[in-house]
Amino acid sequence: MLQVRNLVARYGDFQALFGVDFSLSQGQIVALIGANGAGKSTFLKSIAGQMPNKSGEIRFNSEEIGSLTADRVVRRGVSMAPEGRRLFRSLTVEENLRVGAFAGRSGRWTLDSVYALFPALRDKRRQSATALSGGQQQMVAIGRGLMSNPDLLMCDELSLGLSPAVVKDIYTAFPLIRAEGLSAIVVEQDIDVALRVADYVYCFMHGRVTLHGEPGALTKQQISAAYFGLEDKRQ
Amino acid sequence: MMEWVDTLIQGVLLGGLYALFAIGLSITYGVMRVVNIAHGDFMVLAAYLALWPVTHLQMHPFLAIVPVVVLMFCLGYTVQRLMLNRTMGPNFLAPMLLTFGLSVILRNGLQQVYHADSRSLQIGDLAIDSLHIGSSLAIGAFPLIVFVTSLTLTAATSLLFSQTRIGIALRATSDDPETAGLMGIRASHTYAIALGLAFALVTVGGVFAGIRTTFSPESGPATLLYAFEAVVIGGMGSLWGTFAGSIILGVAQGVGANFGAGFGVLAGHLVFLAVLFFRPTGLLARTQ
Repeated sequence: MLQVRNLVARYGDFQALFGVDFSLSQGQIVALIGANGAGKSTFLKSIAGQMPNKSGEIRFNSEEIGSLTADRVVRRGVSMAPEGRRLFRSLTVEENLRVGAFAGRSGRWTLDSVYALFPALRDKRRQSATALSGGQQQMVAIGRGLMSNPDLLMCDELSLGLSPAVVKDIYTAFPLIRAEGLSAIVVEQDIDVALRVADYVYCFMHGRVTLHGEPGALTKQQISAAYFGLEDKRQ
Repeated sequence: MMEWVDTLIQGVLLGGLYALFAIGLSITYGVMRVVNIAHGDFMVLAAYLALWPVTHLQMHPFLAIVPVVVLMFCLGYTVQRLMLNRTMGPNFLAPMLLTFGLSVILRNGLQQVYHADSRSLQIGDLAIDSLHIGSSLAIGAFPLIVFVTSLTLTAATSLLFSQTRIGIALRATSDDPETAGLMGIRASHTYAIALGLAFALVTVGGVFAGIRTTFSPESGPATLLYAFEAVVIGGMGSLWGTFAGSIILGVAQGVGANFGAGFGVLAGHLVFLAVLFFRPTGLLARTQ
């Protein structure tokens, strides 16, 4: 469904990604793990069309999307809940969700189905989005991402600044989301959470993929070596 | 006593005209964070554009507003799309310099085409009709029409921003253009609609101003100054704040003029300075 080949990304003179290869199939949940500055967010931004990519590096549903701008990528079915949630502060909760549907893709996700997924939001729908708690703001960000009825949902740093209990609440929604055949990429700081929710894990370090595999097939040693760059002493 | 009531009413009605100058400027700043130095000159352009159907087709100036509004909306959309969008970014000076350049070009261009003579738009007896309230109070029919139009357009614009899809897109883009892009909103298009809307509104102000007094290619900067003062008094980016600011400016000028012909404009400037000094965010600021 999504194939990324030899992806390179730069911020001016600073190179953030050094030839990343990545693939994801329909219905899969893939977690990206790695330290801060490893390039995970840059990778998601590249797919979402927020970074200038060279053509030919990103294919989605066998269509080239690498050179498209963000507003065109979302129309093709890739949506993103960005890092730090980035809710629109002069919009109410409901307006934030409605904006999510502006890409004009129809499907099962509507205001009603998002409220059914996150019942806490229904009572707060007339409030300013930034007046909510962190966890509820994250629900709005995910709901807003779902409103475009994407084939692929990308969530950057879902658990940033949230308590473990709230993170658990949010992840309990994931089986409901994926029941519809939706694919997802999640960036997750908490490795245990990542291994539990994901079908496949990619570990990033210094702009490269240092490890990838199914959660069951990866050992703690492999992960810490790929995460921190520590040598595996036993080899 | 009645003299003061009269002054107050005339000031409020004048403020209604200023609101028509100012709301477009408020939208431009609120959505794009751009101060359009050429705002007043585009308003004068709108008045000249209305002059053509009025003199050649004997169209009533009120009716001439309609085609000119459409034309000015398209012009605003195009100016934003082809020029201003290229300057948008973290440097607020770049779009401001561009509009400064446009202001110079417009003023000289109008001078070239229409020469420096003052013109005006005529509406016949309606310009001097008035409603008498009691024995000592009279309200001009035309100023009242201007005020009601201004109030209606402010309310309509406010509803557009709060209720419609394009209004939500405008607010979302104003908050965070990058994230709006993730929702499928193209900032280049949304910004262009915002400037088109601003130009459409200032067209109404331009035609009304051309009926009320006269205009020449050099009228723009004074209009910009009043519009800018109204926006700052009311609070940057707030539509009703801008309306309130316009009324305050109108009343201040009216009260000042009671003390002598030259004091009207000065009193407006003093109120503007006082607001800047004591409440720099304006009276009804939407954003801090």
